[in-house]
Amino acid sequence: MNTTIQNADAAHRHASSDVTGHDAIANGVDVEPNPPRAQGRPLIELSGVSKRFGERPVGAVGRTMQRLGLSKAPAITRAVDHVDLAIRPGEVVGLVGESGCGKSTLGRIAAGLMTPSAGEVRINGLRASEMSGTQAHAARLKVQMIFQDPYSSLNPRLRVDEIVGEAARIHGLVDRANFDDYVCAQMQRAGLDPALRHRYPHQFSGGQRQRIGIARALAVQPDMLVCDEAVAALDVSIQAQILNLFMDLREELNLTYLFISHDLGVVEHVSDRVVIMYLGRVVETATVEEVFARPNHPYTQALLAEIPSLASRHKTFTAIKGEIPSPINPPSGCHFHPRCPHAMPRCKTEVPTLRGIAVNHLSACHLNDIA
Amino acid sequence: MTSAPTLEVRNLRTHFHTRAGVLPAVDDVSFTLERGRILGLVGESGSGKSVTGFSIMGLVDAPGRIVGGEILFQGRELVGMKPREMRTLQGNRIAMIFQDPMMTLNPVLRVDAQMIEAVLAHTRVSRSVARDRARETLGMMGIPSPDERLLAYPHQLSGGMRQRVAIAIALLHQPDLIIADEPTTALDVTIQAQILSEVQKLARQNGTALIWITHDLSVVAGLADDVAVMYAGRIVEQGRVDDVLDRPLHPYTAGLIGSLPSNNKRGQRLRQIPGMTPNLLSLPEGCAFSARCPRASEICGQRPDTTRPVPHRLVRCFHPAVDEIRREVTA
Repeated sequence: MNTTIQNADAAHRHASSDVTGHDAIANGVDVEPNPPRAQGRPLIELSGVSKRFGERPVGAVGRTMQRLGLSKAPAITRAVDHVDLAIRPGEVVGLVGESGCGKSTLGRIAAGLMTPSAGEVRINGLRASEMSGTQAHAARLKVQMIFQDPYSSLNPRLRVDEIVGEAARIHGLVDRANFDDYVCAQMQRAGLDPALRHRYPHQFSGGQRQRIGIARALAVQPDMLVCDEAVAALDVSIQAQILNLFMDLREELNLTYLFISHDLGVVEHVSDRVVIMYLGRVVETATVEEVFARPNHPYTQALLAEIPSLASRHKTFTAIKGEIPSPINPPSGCHFHPRCPHAMPRCKTEVPTLRGIAVNHLSACHLNDIA
Repeated sequence: MTSAPTLEVRNLRTHFHTRAGVLPAVDDVSFTLERGRILGLVGESGSGKSVTGFSIMGLVDAPGRIVGGEILFQGRELVGMKPREMRTLQGNRIAMIFQDPMMTLNPVLRVDAQMIEAVLAHTRVSRSVARDRARETLGMMGIPSPDERLLAYPHQLSGGMRQRVAIAIALLHQPDLIIADEPTTALDVTIQAQILSEVQKLARQNGTALIWITHDLSVVAGLADDVAVMYAGRIVEQGRVDDVLDRPLHPYTAGLIGSLPSNNKRGQRLRQIPGMTPNLLSLPEGCAFSARCPRASEICGQRPDTTRPVPHRLVRCFHPAVDEIRREVTA
């Protein structure tokens, strides 16, 4: 990736963005008047990351049995297949794709909840294996995750203050004496009334629960949040409130986001850059303006055409032909070729590489070689 | 075909008698649905949109009860109808599609068994004819190789496929009315588009009337002819899709439309409706939206009635945004 150009672009955006309202309930966290956006070396860098499920070690006996047809080779799901992704501090990257495309798996790898089968993850330039034990611990905390379902991601038997403060206490970010104040500050920052801290999750609505999840993530003072469909389960009016909270926190704490969603409208609104995945591979990535103005990959074009919008009334709906194929047995060559309106013979055999087609715009499609 | 509209709901009230008190899930809801029309029933969770659907289907169980109003299906009263009579309509003339297809599908039966059973429940045909009908309907829903799918169990199908099977079951008898309760909410946009295109075809070609229950205004914009917006058990605004979405009268409708990311500048804060939906057990005396409403005044402490400030439009608000519309009309 061309970092010089990206930095120039980031600097430009930084200069033009008006940074507003810093009534930060800053709690030991320095808030710069003008947080630099998307600059410097990547906060997190995934290179050649793959995740395969269903792999199990097969011994000599097993191999012989497979050869003789007495046992089947295990079905391997390639959830993520050689993905490179670098996110710079302050950047909001939207990760889009259909269910089963591997976007959640990639998010979990970024958040350190899963280890990749191949490839490496660097946080602030360091690999986990290069860090000391305490360093690795600290690096882990820097990336936190917000989950989709605010009902299943909170322990129903813990009170809210325990949910929010537990990790911070265990990692020594707060001592017992200051615990209560600390929890209150985190809750306030997530837009929750601290008076409710002794209640249990079931006493809260969906939107409030999502705020609890956010307060829990913020409590360990992360640099980055991985939001996996974080607003998908919420009502429209609540969704707007939570999205606003994410944007406020970005300003306030200079947070970096990996924003995973199938809702292109939401992604368009919050992201600086969009990454589109199909069956475990990244097919296109560009700035949000570029993706929505000039989508290059046929899959991206089809996705954009399907977004329902308030403006398109009494529309005649059409559909991308075919199904999303199984990641256990994906199509050869370009994974999208069976559904692609422009497929050529070459698409069946050769995997297209992700190549730059314009400034900050990468796409993996053979059509770009013709034009 | 009768000349009566497919569905007429008048002053429907469905309450749940819980230990904590009476919960007015549906409170004085009225609307009419003509043949071949699609009504979008929009609201947030707890607004009563699903219970309205269940009430029409005769699926409200204790502690819930229809405590008032009429539901006329092709002129026939459904409220208080004998269960046996109701069963000849359910799944036959009136069908429902649920958000979770596993509410429709039996996990331990193959798709063919379930579909054939559904056909035989209402028509006297041979099993092979029923099977052909099942295959044909699956094909209609855009399901590839329907013969193979007939032999599959629900767990062997993807979420989108399951939902299409569930919809196919609803369509087996070419019902006159389909109530669809958020059937595409959990699906990808590509699958959603496919389902919407089939449903739309059905309404246009067979004259099936459709109630599409959803919280997604943009789906309603593309699909529906009319829209009714529910809040805390009441319809607060009703009218043609273009009218309501372009010039909302009720502050809640305006708030919902304004909070959509597509109606806001990229990267800017979204306009949001403050507060949250009220608890139905302790609703305020008057307008349930008043606590969140930018236009609220003293009179909102009283219960607003439905009015028709502009032709073809209904609104339940003391301060509807009619001035702008009148100005437009006179200009």
